[in-house]
Amino acid sequence: MNLPARDSAQLPSPKRFRDPWWLLVLTIVLIVVALVVLQPDPFRRILLFVRDGIQVTIYVTLVSFALVLFLGLIVGLIRLSKLTLLRGIATIYVEVIRGIPVLVQLIFWYFAFPSLVQDIGRSVGWQPLINYRPNPVAMAILGLTICYAAYMSEVYRAGIQSIPRGQMEAARSLGMTYFQAMRYVILPQAVRVILPPVGNEFITLLKDSSLTSVVAVPELTRRGREFMAASFIPLQTWLMVSLLYLVMTLLATRVVAWIEYRTRLEK
Amino acid sequence: MEREPIIHIENVHKWFGHVHALRGVNLDVYKGEVVVIIGPSGSGKSTLLRCINRLEEFDEGRIIVDGIPLDSAENINAVRTEVGMVFQQFNLFPHLTVLENICLAQRIVRKRKKEEAEAIAMELLRKVGIPEKAHNYPAQLSGGQQQRVAIARALAMNPKIMLFDEPTSALDPEMIQEVLDVMLNLAREGMTMVVVSHEIGFARAAAHRAILMDEGQIVEEAPPDILFNNPRHERTRAFLSKVLH
Repeated sequence: MNLPARDSAQLPSPKRFRDPWWLLVLTIVLIVVALVVLQPDPFRRILLFVRDGIQVTIYVTLVSFALVLFLGLIVGLIRLSKLTLLRGIATIYVEVIRGIPVLVQLIFWYFAFPSLVQDIGRSVGWQPLINYRPNPVAMAILGLTICYAAYMSEVYRAGIQSIPRGQMEAARSLGMTYFQAMRYVILPQAVRVILPPVGNEFITLLKDSSLTSVVAVPELTRRGREFMAASFIPLQTWLMVSLLYLVMTLLATRVVAWIEYRTRLEK
Repeated sequence: MEREPIIHIENVHKWFGHVHALRGVNLDVYKGEVVVIIGPSGSGKSTLLRCINRLEEFDEGRIIVDGIPLDSAENINAVRTEVGMVFQQFNLFPHLTVLENICLAQRIVRKRKKEEAEAIAMELLRKVGIPEKAHNYPAQLSGGQQQRVAIARALAMNPKIMLFDEPTSALDPEMIQEVLDVMLNLAREGMTMVVVSHEIGFARAAAHRAILMDEGQIVEEAPPDILFNNPRHERTRAFLSKVLH
């Protein structure tokens, strides 16, 4: 811990952020553009057809991820708390959810859960419940959020536990409440630790959003299947869809790397 | 000395699982008094110190700080704003500059305005001798400088009592004196201090009372000159022979 004293004047001047991997993103984008421009049939047709699917994929991913960040933090904090009952419930939630495939969970929320609601409606004789029809996008977001919040809570938990105990003790000894200490001392440090795994979760979530194609969400993969069914050109269709996913995931990776650079601690 | 102690510790017991860490400790500290606690490692001296601001819970007995009993959550937070603590490992917040370290609790606990908090912080940094480090991060400071910032951070809350938990044990030898000097000045200004430390020189110079703890109990307490020169107990003698070279 005893670093030699240094004057700020002697510190190396911060280097500009250079990230050569942006070239990879650029290359994939250029390939997509080249295909669309040089071979508009079928590539331009495919792109126009799946365009709204890209929007749905981005929408489902971003909304789910925002909810995952929030719910995951709550669950992670509960898992670290002294509230025995709540902690037990949170632990069961994490363990159960982690043990069931995402696809099965998505199918459960879209098919099984509404039929359960309708059964309950019939048994109590309440019309709004009997007539309940699930909204595919809402159910997909619900399913992804519940699933990924369980994973994310473990990321938060590990991040918070990686901060030395003395940080919390120092904050509490200055009169801060537990939540003030979390908000101003622990989480700002933990966030830097967990940024890489959080970025990882985001990219996995983006890719897993393709699973919602089986529960009637008109996202990129589903639109690709629809195009293939209508056109019978699977090779070009799935080449295009794959490239579009690559653009999104590689872009997300670069953004995470940039945030990591911007929030690093002065050493 | 005043009749009413500012810290009243009465028959405090503490178990860590099966380990009986504190075995019925009684101690009164009066306003303006400097008490130094020495003792072998595992004797419970740090645990006792940490019980005073309830970083450690105790299982039996009671502690009253400045008239506030340590029982409810509100009381614990009230006591913590009255009691500053300095740790062996400094525990500065590494993501904040020195100035921000000293201002954070002032802003959110004492609800001071930014300008006011920064003025207080700069005054305290001058007092501990490193105002030029205000905008550096803790990792850019030496251990001695970090510990002086930690003292300034605690003082910014205007505590009535300062607790020091082995403040110089993690420091390189050449940095110990700069921290002890800050503590000596604080003692001269009349701050009530409880210090767990093996710095016998500091104890002789600043302490009104020295206490030897062993196996969770207070073995002997006396003015430092008497405790160090003419200890009454065999255990005190045995411990001092290992510490004083």
